[in-house]
Order: sequence, then structure tokens, then C-alpha cells
Amino acid sequence: MTVYILDFIIFAIGIYSLIAKRHIIKKIIGMVLIEYSTNLFLILIGFRYGGIAPILSPDMNSVQFSQCAVDPLPQALVLTSIVIGLGTLALMAAYTMKLYEKYKTFDMCEIKRLRG
Amino acid sequence: MKKKKIEEMVHDENLGMTLIVKTVARMMIAMILLFGFYIIIYGHLTPGGGFAGGVILAIAYTLMMLAFSRKLALKKLNNFWASIWDNLGMLAFIVLGFIGLNFGYFMFNFIWHGTPFHLVSAGFIPLANIAIGVKVGAALYAIFIGLSIYGRIITTEEETK
Amino acid sequence: MTALPIIILILMIAGAIVAVETKNMLSAVIAAGVVGFGVSVLFLFLRAPDIAITQVIVEVLSLIILIRVTTNTDNEAIEKRIDNFANITGLIFVGLFIAFCVWAFVDMTPFGNPLMRVSQHYLSAGLKETGAANIVAAVILDYRAYDTLGEAVVIFTSILGAFVILRKHGKKKLVEKDTEEIGIPE
Repeated sequence: MTVYILDFIIFAIGIYSLIAKRHIIKKIIGMVLIEYSTNLFLILIGFRYGGIAPILSPDMNSVQFSQCAVDPLPQALVLTSIVIGLGTLALMAAYTMKLYEKYKTFDMCEIKRLRG
Repeated sequence: MKKKKIEEMVHDENLGMTLIVKTVARMMIAMILLFGFYIIIYGHLTPGGGFAGGVILAIAYTLMMLAFSRKLALKKLNNFWASIWDNLGMLAFIVLGFIGLNFGYFMFNFIWHGTPFHLVSAGFIPLANIAIGVKVGAALYAIFIGLSIYGRIITTEEETK
Repeated sequence: MTALPIIILILMIAGAIVAVETKNMLSAVIAAGVVGFGVSVLFLFLRAPDIAITQVIVEVLSLIILIRVTTNTDNEAIEKRIDNFANITGLIFVGLFIAFCVWAFVDMTPFGNPLMRVSQHYLSAGLKETGAANIVAAVILDYRAYDTLGEAVVIFTSILGAFVILRKHGKKKLVEKDTEEIGIPE
């Protein structure tokens, strides 16, 4: 349980960065932190003490393997989620560059004021 | 603009980074590409698979773009062909799914499974890995081209004003 | 046994605090990279080599993208006056969030003893049904291939969005101009 709480402190730091910071890159960093901690939490749930990686080797029968391997399902879900995170990060970076080119600033309050 | 050959562009001092970076990158890029293909093809036997291998392929081209210049990387694979490869990978994955529809359900594993722990085994999983790898690699390289080219046009126009 | 993840997690929390609070944007981005590489080391400890490989490479590429955004711009911090309202609201929200998390984690399964109702079948019958030795590859491409299809569509849409946003002129003008200035081949 200590590990879970330490993981969610990173999530909380990401939320704080999203709420309280006005710089757009700080907000992007907050989103990235939230994504990392969620991925890590899903993997932490599937861990098993003394487990092995869910990859079979030829000298192993499947009954013994199913008793000692870690959970493969969260790993498969997180594997797709990481690459999606990279795609959305690139989309956010594109928005940021376009906003900077239009308003010449990274400040969210300034951008709101300079509408139009 | 006269067209230069790729070998001249590699040794041009005005393009890209310094000589040390270029020498190291020239040795590394082939190995990174080879490692990426290994990760993709052996994805059903060892850790890896289409996603990891695709990002490795994209990283190799990104290293080429950073170490040499944008001109050389675009001569190797420009944005038009990157998007073509992207669409081809996506199309191959969907077509594999629809072929399975003839034998049972969508994404049915229709090829003979073979003996386990060999390279040719596991039905259509290696083929789907190759499709996903090409798709992810081309897509991420295309995103990097977009961030590099279009952003740079904006800054050069500002300087001329 | 749980000492190693706790040490790495504390290092990651320190990196996250530095990334949020520092003034220079370049060091903030690099401190966010500390969190990403810490996550990948932790994945390796948690017996997930597939994800560890992917996380290392994705972290490198996302650092390159974020540094690309921060260069050619002014790197100074914006906060000249301290915004008390936003800080206090954020801290209250974070406190409530962590309190509810602790309340929810009491009923969860303890660390190291997973439930594994669905995945027991994947582990015991995966090799026979799909023929792949890597069970994670069997899950993402055979049992749950719809998930992978959705992921491919998301990446497709995101690069479409990035290209549409970043283009300044129409397509014809861009090609004419770029062949002279930047050197995109036709």
C-alpha cells in the first residue's frame, strides 16, 4: 500500500501542475506525469512476489508457468497506452508551437486576454 | 537549386552537426535499424513487438535528421512517403483482420500455428507485428517531420520580416 | 523486497517536484525525463520487459519533442507575482485527492498478490491457443486485437491533427516555397 500511495503522490503533483501553473509547458509536463503514474499503477497491481516475466521458455510446462508468472493483461493494456501517450504529446506540442507563433507568449492568462 | 548527391551532403560542413557527431551517428544508425527489425520480427518469442520496434525505427530516422541535416533525412524518406508507409501499415492490419472474417470472426488467427518457439509460428501474429511496426515508425517519423519543417518555416518568415 | 521500488519512487517524486517548480523550462523538461527513466527502471523490476523497452525509447523521443518546443523561444518563467489563489486551490485539491486515495486503497488487493481471474486462462492456455511464446504479444494481437486496432486509429488521428495544425499555407504554396528555402524534394 505504501507503494500505491507514493505512486499517487506523483499523480497529485501532476494535478497541482495542471491547476496552479500558468505556463503551457508546465501544464504539458503535468499531463505527462499523470500518464506515467497511471501506467505505473496498472503494472503495480499485476505484480506478484517471486514472479517471472510472462514469456515462456522451452524448458517450462504451462501449469508451472501459470502458477508463477506475473499478470500479462495490464502489461498488454499499458503497452498500447504508452505509444498513444507519445502521439497525444506530439499533438499538444503542435498546439503549443502554433499558440506561441500566434500570441508570442506561453502565458495562459495573456492568451485568454489577447483573444481574436 | 542544384541537386547534390547524398555522399556530398554527408561530408558537407555546412549541414548538420560537427564531425564527431556525424562519425558516431553514421556507425550507429545502421545498428539501430537492425535492432529495430530484430525487435519487430522476434516479437512473438522475446520481449518487444511492433510498438517498441516501430518507435526504434522512428528514432533511427530522427537521429539521422538531427545529426546530419533535415535535407538529407528528407532525401532518404520524405513526408509524402512517410505518410504512404503509415497508411500501408494501417491497411495491412485491417486487411489481416478482414481475411480472418472469412474463417470465423474479425481478427481470427487463421494461419497454421506451427511448432512453438520457432521463428515461423504463432499464425498471423508476426505479420501483424510487422504491420504495426511499420505503421508506428512511419507515423512517429512523420510527426517529427511536421514539428521540424512547419515550425522552422514560421521562424524563418519572422526573421525575414 | 519492496525497498527498491520505494527508493526509486522517492527519486521520481523529487524529480517531479523539480520539474514542476523550477524556473528554467529546459531544466524542467529534463527533470521530467528523470521521472520517465525511473518509471522504465521500475517496469524492469516489476517483471515487464516489453514495457521497459518501449518506455525507454518513448521517453527519448518525447524528450526530443519537448526540447524542440522549448528551443527558439524565451525560456524565462512567467510567474512574476505569486498567484496565491491558484496555489491554495491546487494544494487543497491535492490534499483531498490523496486523502480519498488512501481511503480507497484500504480495500484494494495488497501489493504482490494479484487477483488474476481473467489472465489465469491466458497464462495456462495461451501457448496452445495462439502459438506465441510471449504471452503479452498473444494478448495484444490475438485475444484483444480490437484494442490494438483502436490504438492504431488514435495514432493515425493524432498525426493528422498535428499536420493540419502546423500547416500555415495551403498545400500548393508550401511546396513551391519549400523547394527553394528548405529543400523538400518534390
